[in-house]
Amino acid sequence: MIYREAGQYKVTYEADQAIFPIVQDRFAMLALLAIAFVAVPLLASEYAYRAVLIPTVILALAAIGLNVLMGYCGQVSLGSGAFMGVGAYAAYNLSVHLPFLNPLVSILLSGFVAAGIGILFGIPSLRIKGFYLACATLAAQFFGDWAFLRIKWITNYTPSGSVNAPPIQLFGVDLSSPTAIYIVALAFTVVLGLATKNLVRGHIGRQWMAIRDMDIAAEIIGVRPMYAKLSAFAVSSFLIGVSGAMWAFLYLGSWEPAAFSIDRSFQLMFMVIIGGLGSILGSVLGAIFIVLLPIFLNQALPPLGAVVGWQISTATVSHFESMIFGALIVFFLVVEPHGLARLWSIGKEKLRLWPFPH
Amino acid sequence: MALRKAALLGAAIVSAGLIAAGTAQAQNEQFIPGLVYRTGAYAPNGVPFADGVADYINMINARDGGINGVKILFEECETGYATDRGVECYERLKGKGPTGAAYFSPLSTGITFALTEKAPGDKIPLLTMGYGRADSRDGSVFTWNFPLMGTYWTAANVAIQHIAHEWGGFDKLKGKKIALLYHDSPYGKEPIAALESMSKKYGFDFLQIPVPAPGSEQKSQWLQIRQARPDYVLLWGWGVMNSAAVSEAGNVNYPRDKMLGVWWSGAEPDVLPAGDKAKGYKALMLQHPAGKFAVHKDIDKFVVSQGKSLAKPEEVGQVLYNRGLINSMLGTEAIRTAQAKFGNKPMTGEQVRWGFEHLDLTADRIKQLGFEGMMGPLKVSCADHEGTRLSRVHQWDGKEWKVISDYYTGDDSILEPLVKDVAGKYAAEKKITPRDCSKES
Repeated sequence: MIYREAGQYKVTYEADQAIFPIVQDRFAMLALLAIAFVAVPLLASEYAYRAVLIPTVILALAAIGLNVLMGYCGQVSLGSGAFMGVGAYAAYNLSVHLPFLNPLVSILLSGFVAAGIGILFGIPSLRIKGFYLACATLAAQFFGDWAFLRIKWITNYTPSGSVNAPPIQLFGVDLSSPTAIYIVALAFTVVLGLATKNLVRGHIGRQWMAIRDMDIAAEIIGVRPMYAKLSAFAVSSFLIGVSGAMWAFLYLGSWEPAAFSIDRSFQLMFMVIIGGLGSILGSVLGAIFIVLLPIFLNQALPPLGAVVGWQISTATVSHFESMIFGALIVFFLVVEPHGLARLWSIGKEKLRLWPFPH
Repeated sequence: MALRKAALLGAAIVSAGLIAAGTAQAQNEQFIPGLVYRTGAYAPNGVPFADGVADYINMINARDGGINGVKILFEECETGYATDRGVECYERLKGKGPTGAAYFSPLSTGITFALTEKAPGDKIPLLTMGYGRADSRDGSVFTWNFPLMGTYWTAANVAIQHIAHEWGGFDKLKGKKIALLYHDSPYGKEPIAALESMSKKYGFDFLQIPVPAPGSEQKSQWLQIRQARPDYVLLWGWGVMNSAAVSEAGNVNYPRDKMLGVWWSGAEPDVLPAGDKAKGYKALMLQHPAGKFAVHKDIDKFVVSQGKSLAKPEEVGQVLYNRGLINSMLGTEAIRTAQAKFGNKPMTGEQVRWGFEHLDLTADRIKQLGFEGMMGPLKVSCADHEGTRLSRVHQWDGKEWKVISDYYTGDDSILEPLVKDVAGKYAAEKKITPRDCSKES
């Protein structure tokens, strides 16, 4: 009833090709942005920022990046953790060797470095597909692990191998408070997410989807596979690199190579799979789910256990987290293989009719 | 359908409430958080330490009713030795209790590095007893870090002193080869700077052999050791890496009594899995041995016999359990020192930091607390956040650890310039003006 397009006539091509053609969608999106930028900073506690909001926003950008590669272009990638690390260490090196650069500029430029490395490790995709490409990108992950530990100039020859981020400021305004960091991360994610949404709706995105759906047929009709695949790797690695730099600079502050290990790659992959492959909204929903679930379980299980008189130790909570996490992933893949985004679009379809029964 | 929707809605409300809710707080309680890892590759060593930490605090609550009447509220948070989980636990627990967290003790060098950035802003001290950043000994730069009882540079120096003692003098080190088999993480890399400087001074070859985390796979490293034939192997491992190293040493027949582990590689979980292969393996001690001392009587009386101990019975008195007791003792004594100045009430993080910096444990006080025979006197000051530089060596004889050396003191003629240099670099990088310790009260 609320969600009907009746009466909304589009008289220009621009109006028809808008990202949110339905007025209700546009209104909802603006409301969401207003809540995210205005209401949340007024209401959130410091713990909510540091443990929930900031990691979710940063990992949402990484999930969008991985979705570009896995969801839109169909190239399996298990190396996303290493690309986040490339972005982080590139931003660190830029801030160390070019100290006049604002840290936020370093974060943006590190994306280009990550894009370059991504293209390099995307070259195998021109010859191999599916599981074999997963192995090649897994090699990228382990190569990253090795490089961050062994190549000393990456960490600026620090004896411990652990590096620090510079203080975040913009034109002299100190941005180290949780609210400011949250706004910065949200701004990066929203702007880059919007850019990505437009990319995937344009001719490049259609090339990616053609390669994903049937690459030989795509090649026949004139989509250049090398250009499409490598551009997917480039864009994806750019987004993941920026996200990695944000993770290091805005969230961790001081990090060692283990922060970008294979576990991070798997975490991003789960976000994309649960959220929905081939959907920007799905990446964000997946990120929210994966970040919130362990925290929710950690907080909810002891009180629940206390209700039945069972004193759960921290180790048991941790084990439960792993079990429930795995079970939920399997459950989602069985019940809704297209992820949370599909659940959302089903919901939208039903909203068109609600409250009238069909 | 309606039931499912109602259930989903209920779950959403509950979860929102849980994340947003604060906790109802008692007014006269001191909150001490415990960052522990009881799961993961480092759990074998993390569990006894965490048990010791918890048991001592429970004992203080049961025996004394808290610290000068202020009961301690203790809560554990599982970090799994992962930096991001450690940071999340820190954020969750730092504001709990009427005055916030008293201090944090992450038992992880990686998490310490991350919290070193955050703790000064939140004004909460970090107790990194026997680990953490070696340069954080310099309290004028690292105001909020307290690597009490020993840092890795002290450990490296004492290890070289012991080796020299075994060979009959520092001149015998010249031309020999000493290998460092280390966990490829900030923890394992910490001693390298000190060992490099000592290898230049004493003329021994220093061979660095990294083991990628978590360290259960070491065959290639031990084959490398078998080829290189170093005269001594220093082991800087943690968790499963320790037992794997001792086992592999047995497999390639490298003499176990030519291995010397750091104090985090010298406990029962490191040698028991290797069985007979561990006989003769030596390790540094963070001053205290395994075994039961006066404080264990109180632990038995007030915690173990009441069924409140988190530890298994055979764990009480083991190396890492004792270390957990000392960790909590140092923390509670710092709070007590702070209360002597600021009053018998829950202390804020800043006040506890003052307490740490003015901690003065004399031999008498240590005897009063029941730790005689476990550690020597400790005096912290603004310039010296380590408090003491003593260590000694024990050796596993197949059944238990036997102390085989006297106390060594870390050689400040080597250590102090190194600390000043690296701490100075950190201060310059972070734009911190070091405090003037002569002016501090």
